[in-house]
Amino acid sequence: MLLGTGALSLGLHSCVQEGGPSLETQIVNSADEYFGRTPEELERIDKLNAEELFTAHELETITVLSEVILPPKPDVGGPLEARVPEFIEFMGKDVPSFQNTLLGGLLWLDKKSTDLFNAEFKSLSLDQQKQILDPIAFYDPDVPTRKRPFEIQWFSLMRNLTMTGYYTSEWGIKDLGYVGNTPNVWDGVPQDVLDQHGVAYDPEWIAKCIDQSTRGDIATWDEDGNLLT
Amino acid sequence: MQIKESSEVYDVIIVGSGAGGGMATKQLADAGFNVAVVEAGPFFDPADPKTMTQMKWPYQSPRRGAGVDRPFGEWDMAYGGWQIEGEPYTHEEGTEFNWFRSHMLGGRTNHWGRISLRFGPKDFKGKTRDGHGEDWPIGYDDVKPYYDKVDKLIGVFGTNEGLENDPDGFFLPPPKPRLHELFYIKGAKKSGVPVIPGRLSMLTKRINNDRGVCFYCGQCSRSCSAYADFSSGSCLIFPAQKSGGKVRLYVNCVVREVTTNEEGKATGVSYISKDDRKEYKLKARVVVLAASACSSARILLNSKSKQHPNGLGNSSNVVGKYLHDSTGSGRAGFLPQLMNRKTSYNEDGVGGMHVYSPWWGDNSKLDFPRGYHIEVWGGMGMPNYGFGFNANEFNKFFGTKVGGYGDVLRDDVKKYYGSVIGFGGRGEGIARIDNYCEIDETTVDKFGIPVLKFNYKWSDLERRQATHMQDTFEELIHNMGGEVLGDRPGGPDNGLNKPGEIIHEVGTTRMGNDPKTSVTNKFNQLHDVNNVFIVDAGPFVSQADKNCTWTILALSWRASDYIIEQLKAQNI
Repeated sequence: MLLGTGALSLGLHSCVQEGGPSLETQIVNSADEYFGRTPEELERIDKLNAEELFTAHELETITVLSEVILPPKPDVGGPLEARVPEFIEFMGKDVPSFQNTLLGGLLWLDKKSTDLFNAEFKSLSLDQQKQILDPIAFYDPDVPTRKRPFEIQWFSLMRNLTMTGYYTSEWGIKDLGYVGNTPNVWDGVPQDVLDQHGVAYDPEWIAKCIDQSTRGDIATWDEDGNLLT
Repeated sequence: MQIKESSEVYDVIIVGSGAGGGMATKQLADAGFNVAVVEAGPFFDPADPKTMTQMKWPYQSPRRGAGVDRPFGEWDMAYGGWQIEGEPYTHEEGTEFNWFRSHMLGGRTNHWGRISLRFGPKDFKGKTRDGHGEDWPIGYDDVKPYYDKVDKLIGVFGTNEGLENDPDGFFLPPPKPRLHELFYIKGAKKSGVPVIPGRLSMLTKRINNDRGVCFYCGQCSRSCSAYADFSSGSCLIFPAQKSGGKVRLYVNCVVREVTTNEEGKATGVSYISKDDRKEYKLKARVVVLAASACSSARILLNSKSKQHPNGLGNSSNVVGKYLHDSTGSGRAGFLPQLMNRKTSYNEDGVGGMHVYSPWWGDNSKLDFPRGYHIEVWGGMGMPNYGFGFNANEFNKFFGTKVGGYGDVLRDDVKKYYGSVIGFGGRGEGIARIDNYCEIDETTVDKFGIPVLKFNYKWSDLERRQATHMQDTFEELIHNMGGEVLGDRPGGPDNGLNKPGEIIHEVGTTRMGNDPKTSVTNKFNQLHDVNNVFIVDAGPFVSQADKNCTWTILALSWRASDYIIEQLKAQNI
């Protein structure tokens, strides 16, 4: 399916007549490591990966908290299988505006835990952890995010990052049931789904749509634009 | 400093490799001319597995697809964005313009929405119709043969509907509607808003043996490795090379100016190499600018000489003026009937809408002069960064609590997956002399080239159109049985996107019959210098309620035919 690129690239002519490797050579050399990144993008990711945002204790707390937010399940895993703590740390470095909320919230959490139960959050029983989270876990959607109390904002951010980290993982995609991102031939909504939602295709509309058995035939038209093949 | 000058004289230098530059490359190389294409970014081939993002999963990235490095998400195939380090632009105080640039072979055609709409007969004669703006010096009949040829060369799906201002063409059959699109068709019918199959340049059917057929991954914004969508490299430049054309690609080369001789005629271009930061010169008989409307205007304005003290082609003082972008306003709704969906099937479809609404209104009965079309989005897309945020916010519509934690979140995500539908209105704004870009004499980029300064404001004509869009969106969502999401976008511009944000900027070198009020003639040739042409969207007199790419392609082909004729006749 991939068309040969070698022959097509013969015209490539870097505007530097002499000297070091061209940008495209660098991309070719570097992108094997990384999902189609440019050298500049790759450099930035390497730099972020080398930085540390959280202490070991903070990462442990995030790990414990993420599993309270989204408890793991057999067959579809949970935040740890989905590498959610690593993802949250990366996003905290990638989007610096998250940092104060993330870091400040973790200190708030341990202070609250110590005040109430004289221990850090990660060491509490699940029941004690829930007693701390229940008052901050729900939010009023009619109040703009930035006007909500800080601890509610923080917990919402932790929940959002945990959810998105999990559901963008292989495990979360399996749990969701998404079956796309794979070559296929779209031929309309299945009948049982149409029935479930109480809609139907208009036969006149469908008559204009691609007959997928002809998708491989080269298109030809008459002079009025009517497709002949 | 010694400027390195190449001894080779090309027939044609083309600056920029997007839609306009790609088409000129294809036509001029096929005609046997020796062509140099100068591109500011690196080489890019959508089929190169090293740079490819198509079919990647979010978990292949540490940021799961978030749009930190690339504004439309990590997988989007545009090298650039709203801001490029070391290449700034500035604004007149109190005005706004956001400028999206993509520096790579193929330019913005690698990531664009592929919505491929012809302008209609009314779109070329706006002033005659309502007194606003200016008429084009050409009409639909002049462009129709080229639209026909573009349809056949590149491929576009759609249907012949016999609509007056949304002309028929040579279409491939469209894909069937998705589930949310069926709800849209129903809701729009109640409002008297027409819905027809989308018109997008993706191959639902084979058009030749060099390009593949769409395999429905829904990722055209990542650029198709099977060449089943339109990108300038895969559909124009590479085929021109493959058929034996003399095409020399100069990549990573930033053009500073068009060079001229004593008679004021163009002799070539000078450029700075990004690789060694040195200045070079290339020579040619003809220079074709296709760097994008604003970048081409910038090159002209920076090409000052004794013969052209006001910049090249700017004796009219019109270069940079009449800058206009499509209007845009959006809204989304939650459809309870789309809750609890079966995920048993793949509805990625093509990388865009399978249905849309062309403009249906009669502007003579409305308080704004030009129309808009409605783009539709929704469905069970692939999760990427942001998926699962506020997972159960729609609980508010049922009076239950929002937020929480625990197993229930898994149920909430699935309950609401695919239940949102969204609309984008894309309309025509009026081209005005007082919306413009000019050279900011105080600021240069890292190559020492003076940058653009923008001055752009919407008027009440566009604001009233946006109000109509929002009224329509609310009515449509209501008619579909849905709940409108979020507050009505307001602000001083009634919810309009900022100028530039729809990325349809056109008009900076407009065509016309009068050299005093226009920059090019009706063949995209500078009035002032007969061996310089502009084939991007700069020569647009007005941007219709359509998308600009199909018209860029048609006019670039038309201008190329004229260049071939003039070169053969030795007139230039």
